[in-house]
Amino acid sequence: MSKLTPVLSAFWDQKDSFTIEGYKRNGGYKAVEKALAISPDDVIKTVKDSGLRGRGGAGFPTGMKWGFIPQGDNKEHYFVVNADESEPGTCKDTPLLMANPHVLIEGIIIGSYAIRANYAFIYIRGEIAHVVRRVQQAIEDAYKAGLLGKNILGKGFDLELVLHIGAGAYICGEETALLDSLEGFRGQPRLRPPFPAIAGLYARPTVVNNVESVASVPSIINNGVEWFASMGTEKSKGYTLYSLSGHVKNPGQFEAPLGITLRELIDLAGGMRSGHKLKFWTPGGSSTPLFTDAHLDTPLDYEGVAAAGSMLGTKALQIFDETVCVVRAVLRWTEFYKHESCGKCTPCREGTWWLVQILEDLESGKGEAADLDKLLDLCDNIAGRSFCALADGAAAPIISSLKYFREEYLEHLRTGGCPFDPAKSTVFELAGSER
Amino acid sequence: MSLKNDDALIDSIIKRYPRSRSAIMPLLHLAQARDGYVTPESIEVIAEKLSLETAEVSAVATFYTQYKRKPVGEYHVGVCTNTLCAVMGGDAIYESILEHLSIDNDEVTSDGKVSVEHIECNAACDYAPVVMVNWEFYDNQTVASTKDLVDACRAGNPPAPTRGPNKLPTWKENSEVLAGVNDGRANEGVQAGEPTLLGLKIAKEGGKKCLN
Repeated sequence: MSKLTPVLSAFWDQKDSFTIEGYKRNGGYKAVEKALAISPDDVIKTVKDSGLRGRGGAGFPTGMKWGFIPQGDNKEHYFVVNADESEPGTCKDTPLLMANPHVLIEGIIIGSYAIRANYAFIYIRGEIAHVVRRVQQAIEDAYKAGLLGKNILGKGFDLELVLHIGAGAYICGEETALLDSLEGFRGQPRLRPPFPAIAGLYARPTVVNNVESVASVPSIINNGVEWFASMGTEKSKGYTLYSLSGHVKNPGQFEAPLGITLRELIDLAGGMRSGHKLKFWTPGGSSTPLFTDAHLDTPLDYEGVAAAGSMLGTKALQIFDETVCVVRAVLRWTEFYKHESCGKCTPCREGTWWLVQILEDLESGKGEAADLDKLLDLCDNIAGRSFCALADGAAAPIISSLKYFREEYLEHLRTGGCPFDPAKSTVFELAGSER
Repeated sequence: MSLKNDDALIDSIIKRYPRSRSAIMPLLHLAQARDGYVTPESIEVIAEKLSLETAEVSAVATFYTQYKRKPVGEYHVGVCTNTLCAVMGGDAIYESILEHLSIDNDEVTSDGKVSVEHIECNAACDYAPVVMVNWEFYDNQTVASTKDLVDACRAGNPPAPTRGPNKLPTWKENSEVLAGVNDGRANEGVQAGEPTLLGLKIAKEGGKKCLN
């Protein structure tokens, strides 16, 4: 029996799944009718009771976040969707929006109604042009169908929805940097408090939710709290998208109840590529500490992954086999964090630069054993000492790789270079293609 | 050009937002749709339209890597060299393409057709190694397929993206899409590729464990 539970992905195999006709044919926009027929507070209560937690990485309860918005304050409220999917390994919101942007729009209408917002934004990354088209078209079609704009479905609720397109800055996936960017500034994180629920976009109460979190709401309204909570584990309710990439036979998206294990997922992906075995993996993107084959049976829910020393993150499972040099992998991620550091906080801006210098030396066999402790010391002075979590993310692969693969770092020093052949981790024939 | 004849479009973009300054980013994308990159003249137009100093607009333009300060090719090729794509072949693709085109990172071929940039994770890891052209997906690339791709771009007949419109738009055309202008091509192309549908397919088959 398959443990899979396709809900969001249930009709992605239909050619017109992204159109308003396709969505409606599969039961779309029924939830918004149900939601607008009950009070906004009851919508918030339903989402709270379902146990839905943020699918963008942090796992904060979605309904509670909505409940933080002050009511009766005579201020504009804003509902903002974070579609800036850029965490290395993360590839769930992008295919979701390509295959079905309308489920997000339906979730946005429901969420905006709940928090009494009349203006909503989707902040989408700018490097995925065709997904931008699909979302733009879906918004226009929703307006034409009377699902956006004035007096939605004749229920007296008004909502404007604007697609805002980013321009290539990972940091804008951080919610306060996203808000600064949306206001027309450089995308740099803000000091908190105040949190966005009190002073968000244009200093007004604002909810910022991940695409998958918002897209999960219509199914909860349609099928009920018990249905949702019947999936998953005690504190991690529901279904979610797990994205397997890397050295498995068949990479792809798997929608399953929270708590499935990597062993089960690799099995569904057809196993590791032939003749190879698992070496290390990320449970939820490059900012979540690495796991090894010792963690194959760790339940992939918020608590299970945390108890094993990492984070569920975005459920971006990047799988690396024994041909991959962990130092090369970590150096490349570190170069990414250095490039994407916004420069606001000194520990992150300067620290990530130094991490790259040291790792470059280590990879090329020019470093010394004391550098390993220097790396850890630097990480200790970077993580937790900046406005946002980018610095924590930069430290995570380094600290975890030193924990599990210290010997491999030392091997580089002993042999005076990288003992791995990069051609072996490549998935196509190099010699044949270079003729 | 430099946004000189775009008054109505610029005003409509500004009107999307409760506060005008929020329109900086779409207007910078629009500037690239006109000139291929962000020119000093377009910075001035945007600043004037939004009642800002040019330095304020420049500060934003220089923060984001998609805004270019010099011309790119008609086809701008991005090779993902973040860890996962890199180890699966992205590094080999990137190096061989630069050598093949005799250019360096962020440079344009002498005919102005193709430029290359190594890019960060583009949210398509289950299709690795990934190459983007003008921010359209070319999935599961190899050294050979990417060489063919850039050669076709130089010859002016690039193949359609793997998951994208039926014909690859130019850099300027797609920059207009990123300014939020609907080019009417949302319905073109597949709704999903095979990896996207893998879990659904297995679930429908009743959970058969292995596809092969």
